[in-house]
Amino acid sequence: MKRGPAKKRRSHKESFIEKTLAFSAGLFVMVIAVITIFIFSKGLPVFLQVGWQDFIFDTDWRPTRGIFGIGAMVLGSIAVTVSAMVWAVPLGIATAVFMAEIAPGHIGRMLGSLVELLAGIPSVVYGFVGLLVVVPFIRQHLGGNGLSVLAGAIVLGVMILPTVINISRDAILAVPKEYAEGSLALGASHHQTIARVIIPAARSGIITAIVLGMGRAIGETMAVVMVTGNAPVAPNSILAPVRTMTSNIVLEMGYASGDHQGALFSTGMVLFVFIVALNLVVNRVAKAGGINGKK
Amino acid sequence: MEPKKMKMRSEGLAVFYQQYQALRGIDMNIAANRVTALIGPSGCGKSTFLRTLNRMNDLVEGTTIKGQVYLDEVPIYDKEVDVVGLRKRVGMVFQKPSVFPMSIYDNVAYGPRIHGIKNRSHLDEIVEKSLKAANLWDEMGSRLNSPANRMSGGQQQRLVIARVLAVDPEVILMDEPASALDPISTAKLEELISELKKNYTIVIVTHNMQQAARVSDYTGFFLSGALIEFNTTSELFVNPANRQTEDYITGRFG
Repeated sequence: MKRGPAKKRRSHKESFIEKTLAFSAGLFVMVIAVITIFIFSKGLPVFLQVGWQDFIFDTDWRPTRGIFGIGAMVLGSIAVTVSAMVWAVPLGIATAVFMAEIAPGHIGRMLGSLVELLAGIPSVVYGFVGLLVVVPFIRQHLGGNGLSVLAGAIVLGVMILPTVINISRDAILAVPKEYAEGSLALGASHHQTIARVIIPAARSGIITAIVLGMGRAIGETMAVVMVTGNAPVAPNSILAPVRTMTSNIVLEMGYASGDHQGALFSTGMVLFVFIVALNLVVNRVAKAGGINGKK
Repeated sequence: MEPKKMKMRSEGLAVFYQQYQALRGIDMNIAANRVTALIGPSGCGKSTFLRTLNRMNDLVEGTTIKGQVYLDEVPIYDKEVDVVGLRKRVGMVFQKPSVFPMSIYDNVAYGPRIHGIKNRSHLDEIVEKSLKAANLWDEMGSRLNSPANRMSGGQQQRLVIARVLAVDPEVILMDEPASALDPISTAKLEELISELKKNYTIVIVTHNMQQAARVSDYTGFFLSGALIEFNTTSELFVNPANRQTEDYITGRFG
């Protein structure tokens, strides 16, 4: 009898906590659903009206005349992202290998905090530095007006480095020590062990790092707007100005209305599908290999 | 002990981890083409000693080594010694089967490949020979391309041995190779060890005294970083000279 009410009170409390947690989770799902529905409901009409092939591949963007082709921006996003990754991914993986496998403990930790610092800088600061340093440098030494694919690639590359480095390093550190010992005990040198056992074993984690870095690069807006010139024209060289999909939205949303606004939502929708597709790839890779190839 | 050809020899070997002294002046002879077992309670230094024999201790930060180890009367702790070449001659099998996350074939071919063998038919030959020597060919010969980490623990441990055999070592060090295995896998492993001593010199660390008695020709008993007694296995188990050895092998402590 004595324990009855206490027990009951506790179970009330438990069920209250459980309900609150379930409500939070439900709210979260709803927020995602609402955003998705909103983007699609606003974006789909123009998207379908123009036709998806014309919208995505046509490079003619004259919103005031009702011509909506974001081909130049799709290309722009791809150009900036790919050229950022071309240099940042190898550098990032090499740095991660150095931190995890070669550097003595204190240097590895110091590099780790530097990387954290790099990750904490707001993107507008990267854009500002890019505008004041990278753009003039390109203008003076390589030609053009400096606002270019290259400037975007340099700034974006620096911005995705922390993502690539951190996730790759964690993947490399998670490789069981037995692999390295087994390899060294066969008379393999340290660099042979890294190249042939440790990196292959960390492969799925490294691929995840690359894809997440790519997602960050495609989604980044502010820094890119500041250094790429933003001409809605398909770039014909790495020194040409370029507009990405994210830039397109942020540059025109202030004054767009009607179909023009709808077309910006369509741009966002295309971007959304891009990012979701990338995340699916990450999940697939992570599942296929398991982290570090374990079952 | 009867005179036997010595393969390895340690002389006044002491190992320090920072301040802690893990081994105190070990002198031991390791006979060629024989199995030498190292026994003793946890933390007695037997694994440390094993790892000095192919300089795996070099990998542990803060390790200092005094004394010397000889392989065919050549000192292995001299400055000009090529550690990579030493480990090719003195292979090692660890407690936890450390198969690489790749196919069975690639696991065995790993060593030969890093030592520069590229010819496919030559590699095929080495893989087959090594798997046969490790008593795995009958079970795995038709599944060379399947992932090695799907095999059972006992099979994985024999694969690790095959991988060591593929680089054609002279000495094989085994650090409690059967501690993670079931009795049947253990029996197969012991049988394998007895076959391997025809061609290789084997040093095995084991917690299991019956195992030491079954597989080895010589046994060394370690306690608190010292080599208490070293003799032929039959002599040491039947007629231990030292009281502590007797206590240990009769199960009075440890």
